[in-house]
Amino acid sequence: MIETDVAIVGAGPVALFAVFELGLLDLKAQLVDILDRPGGQCTELYPEKPIYDIPGLPVVTGQELTDRLMEQIKPFGAKFHLSQMASGLARLPDGRWKLSTDAGAEIAAPVVVIAAGAGSFVPKRPPIAGIEAYEGKSVHYAVRKMEAFRDKNILIAGGGDSALDWTINLAPIAKSLTLVHHRDGFRAAQHSVNKMRELEAEGKIRFQVASVKALHGADGRLERVTLAGADKKEYSHDCDMFLPFFGLTIKLGPIAEFGLQLHENLIPVDTAKFESTTSGIFAIGDINTYPGKLKLILCGFHEAALMAQAAFHICRPNEKLRFQYTTSSSSLQKKLGVT
Amino acid sequence: MKIIATDREGKEHTIEGRDGWTVMEILRDAGLPISAECGGACACATCHVYVAPEWYEKLTAPSDVEIDMLDLALAVEPTSRLSCQIVCRPELDGIKVTIAPE
Repeated sequence: MIETDVAIVGAGPVALFAVFELGLLDLKAQLVDILDRPGGQCTELYPEKPIYDIPGLPVVTGQELTDRLMEQIKPFGAKFHLSQMASGLARLPDGRWKLSTDAGAEIAAPVVVIAAGAGSFVPKRPPIAGIEAYEGKSVHYAVRKMEAFRDKNILIAGGGDSALDWTINLAPIAKSLTLVHHRDGFRAAQHSVNKMRELEAEGKIRFQVASVKALHGADGRLERVTLAGADKKEYSHDCDMFLPFFGLTIKLGPIAEFGLQLHENLIPVDTAKFESTTSGIFAIGDINTYPGKLKLILCGFHEAALMAQAAFHICRPNEKLRFQYTTSSSSLQKKLGVT
Repeated sequence: MKIIATDREGKEHTIEGRDGWTVMEILRDAGLPISAECGGACACATCHVYVAPEWYEKLTAPSDVEIDMLDLALAVEPTSRLSCQIVCRPELDGIKVTIAPE
């Protein structure tokens, strides 16, 4: 089990700034995020979009803000556990918390900070009746082992990079492969589109403008699907594997099972410490709620600063906290590596 | 101007629109279940609506970014639009939209 001062759920801008505020107080942090890189919504949803309400930065993109925060927290050496979901929270016999991830990591810490935004990014599930029954057997939202798809009749739906990349990668090992998309156009890298068109011209895959309307099979094993073409006419298509690629959406996920008080999927906190009603568990950023709450990155930064002060008293009960400014404190400047 | 919005249960809501606001903002403000995860940046496709065909033609054509982003919407139909890209204006008084499935 990993031991640290503060375990943070999430690695978005507010979680990153929390590392900074904790670091100034000599508190070490470990972060868990389901995405494969830091930045949360900023890098996943709008890396190129300008943000205009970060104090002191008249305009900054989601990616730039993340890059700058990563630079700012570099001196504190926080450890990131990426591509994994915070899946469990339990109290240890010594009073600390144990945060576990779905990849098997276990982090013990006196303080846990939930900075999870609106929750975890998870694949979008198409609105097809009964699809849940096939998930994991015949319906997959990601390819973990390519071998599982050998000699299968594969159906891929979607028009982005994931749909095209897996069409290209699985075509050589599939028995047959059909790609369906609602239009004859793609928002994927041009070379992938060209490659897919080549495979189609060579007869190695089929592409159809269609959408999946119904799944048919038994015991989670898919036998065929009903497709509807551009003309709305429905027809049957035989396949035993279905890979829908419609991007990601945000679901609260396992945080709902952490035993914390929730109000409409948000964690109520006090506004002095941003602590939940469970002692030692804090919530900052979009995931928390309190009277007057605004879902702004800048509000999350403020919440992180106050949370850090309260976290210090839990992590270092016998030490006195002296409030210092980075402009004048030589000890803070030393921590930041600027002196 | 008024927006007539049908929710996922088929219930119709008549909502007062505001010039310059997007249809997504109006629907969200009215408490309708539109998630709009990216906050209106045309970056997530979670404010997907079907526009009534007679109104679809009156809208400014979707940008390339919106057309691409609709690929991430589920159950896309010929009159699908992202409601964060429809700006309220007097000519759209009475526009009918249906919130697409999640």
